[in-house]
Amino acid sequence: MTGFVRTAPEPTLPPPTASIGLVATLRDRLFSGPVASVFTLLGIVFLAWAIPPLVRFLVVDAVWSAPDGAACRAPGAGACWAYIWRKAGYFTYGSYPFEQRWRVDVVFAVGGVLIAWLLVRRAPWRGLAAALFFIAYPILAVLLLRGSAMLGLPVVPTDMWGGILVTLIMAVSGIVFSLPFGVALALGRRSALPIVRFFSIGFIEIMRGVPMITVLFMANLMLPLFVPESWAPDRLLRPLVGVALFASAYMAEVVRGGLQAIPKGQFEGAMALGLNYPQRMRLIILPQALAIVIPGIVNSFIALFKDTTLVAIVGIFDFLRAVDTARLDPEWAGPTITATGYVFAALFYFVFCFGMSRYSLAVEHELAKSRNR
Amino acid sequence: MSMTTASGAPKPKIWNDPFWRGLIFQGALLAAVLFLFAGAVINARNNMQARGIPTDFAFWDRPASFDINQTLIPYSATSPNSQVFWVGLLNTLLVAGLGIVLSTIIGFAIGAARLSTSWLVAKLATVYVEGIRNVPLLLQIIFWYNVVLGNLPNPRQAAPFLDIAFLSNRGLFVPAPVFRPGAGAIGVALAVGIVGAIGFRLWAARRQRETGQQAPVGWVSAALVLGLPLIAYVATGRPVGIEFPQLKGFNFAGGQRLTPEFVALLLALTLYTAAFIAEIVRSGILAVPKGQSEAAAALGLRAAPTRKLVIMPQAMQVIIPPLINQYLNLTKNSTLAVAIGYPDLFNVFSGTVLNNTGAAVQIVFMTMAVYLVVSLVTSAVMNAYNARIALRER
Repeated sequence: MTGFVRTAPEPTLPPPTASIGLVATLRDRLFSGPVASVFTLLGIVFLAWAIPPLVRFLVVDAVWSAPDGAACRAPGAGACWAYIWRKAGYFTYGSYPFEQRWRVDVVFAVGGVLIAWLLVRRAPWRGLAAALFFIAYPILAVLLLRGSAMLGLPVVPTDMWGGILVTLIMAVSGIVFSLPFGVALALGRRSALPIVRFFSIGFIEIMRGVPMITVLFMANLMLPLFVPESWAPDRLLRPLVGVALFASAYMAEVVRGGLQAIPKGQFEGAMALGLNYPQRMRLIILPQALAIVIPGIVNSFIALFKDTTLVAIVGIFDFLRAVDTARLDPEWAGPTITATGYVFAALFYFVFCFGMSRYSLAVEHELAKSRNR
Repeated sequence: MSMTTASGAPKPKIWNDPFWRGLIFQGALLAAVLFLFAGAVINARNNMQARGIPTDFAFWDRPASFDINQTLIPYSATSPNSQVFWVGLLNTLLVAGLGIVLSTIIGFAIGAARLSTSWLVAKLATVYVEGIRNVPLLLQIIFWYNVVLGNLPNPRQAAPFLDIAFLSNRGLFVPAPVFRPGAGAIGVALAVGIVGAIGFRLWAARRQRETGQQAPVGWVSAALVLGLPLIAYVATGRPVGIEFPQLKGFNFAGGQRLTPEFVALLLALTLYTAAFIAEIVRSGILAVPKGQSEAAAALGLRAAPTRKLVIMPQAMQVIIPPLINQYLNLTKNSTLAVAIGYPDLFNVFSGTVLNNTGAAVQIVFMTMAVYLVVSLVTSAVMNAYNARIALRER
């Protein structure tokens, strides 16, 4: 009596043809139901309407190189990239003297290296990088940018600084001041001492309750009134103080979120080891709290970076104001110059902000991985 | 050998005792803050006297002697500065109120589009959100004002929308309602309709609880809210008309003119805030566990009732607090009107009146106080609301 015994497995059947291939993918992704189909068609119509003129303006009809605005004024000409190229120095340095611009380049390069060092999470000696960035770098930047007779560098007054240089000064000094200040305010808000708590909450809530431009106005108009006349703060320093105070309040709330996420056992364990308050915070609590809120810190830096454009309203020559002023140059004036300048500025801010937000997402993923071990 | 007290424990030094140490530290902080504050006040008084800057509120009743191109209440150049304050405040509330309504509608639509089953629509919504969020609002405002609205033709070549609204370099002209005597009856009918609809809704809900019978709430409400005013409109002899803008000479007459500044600011604020609202809506909907929609399907609910009765009520709990925060941000961001000259509170009061009178301290603090009061009242209401709707855990 012989039965049938299979010696090899039956070959697998191919997947149903309705679920593989380009057609099935298209159907699943784009036409999975009547509503989705209608919306997809609307999307296609929108793309067909929007993309061709955009590409024509930005690429096909664009003027890529020209000695002056004549080519850009020709009827039918698109974006005038030649103008951006010609004005690049002005957008970057403002009216900083030509022969001294290497000093700005050095400050940019050192800052770039330090920030990259801080942001790469596997880099060694990140504590040293933080110390350099938060203490040594600001001193170096002020010495180099402003100049000093002792070092043999001619002094460049701040009203000649401008463009991307000023935008980055605002953003970087905002973060350098707001991080320690924000940590102090966040600790103050959670302090057991009522007067400390009162002042911290008052400062944070007032700053977060008013528009940033009013804080800048206050710093610009009233700071000179609040100090003795002989101190008269520099015109670049005034909005800087406003930006730093404003950013600190938002930073404090980010750090508070991190402090609240630390389990109570950590505080109690640190106390049981006999550590005093500064030791508990410095050695146990803050390293954990700050690690959790790195994405939050980066996000508030993005907001700060976008908000630095507001200093243009109080008369500081930042990047946006440089772009907005350059469009009035009669040599280049033309119908597309304004749009070209704004598109370029938008791309500049987009690249910075989008890049940073991708970074903070990546850190968030990494943190989530290490937490779910 | 060591110094011990009767109880046996060593008496701590005063700077090691947490109670005294806290007291000393706080005293020092208080003294420092008071010292800074007093120094600022004394310096400010001396500096202001030295420069001839007024320190009182006499400017409040003086004539403003400048014109404002958009006023919701009577105003002329001879009106006092106090009137400027109210004109500016109303203009701020107008652009903020409209912006909140429009950005909510667009934001919810884009947020839903990001979760669309159509890959193309979801990607387009993502491009919108990322593109708008990562560009400064100020740049967007001056873009709309200088590029889009700055290149418009004169009224004779205005861009028409279906021949009822016209966009030109003098602004956007839209149809406006005209009220004739008797129009009040329509308002009364509308109020009666709304009260009736709410009453019917409550009655239907109670009946459904008691007997399980459902009533056509939607249809009856629509009939009451829309039908009653319509009946009143016809019965009183059609006292409300619509006036369309018409080209007369070199400009439009009739209808309502919206200034280019207003249109640019409203567009920029709306589109910017909508991108943030879209993200809030998306994360709120995704925060509802999948089990909820699966359980609803197991109970036999179709997709639409599942969304309305199961997903959205739970998503709204997550959405509302950050949504209100965005409303506050929009209101505060409306101060950027100063960049293009829309006469909001900050622009006319902290800008023009401050320049005219020089009363910097009083005016900046008053302006800040207005926004601060709005923010603090809103967050107080929000906290109360949050406490009420917070998920009641067993």
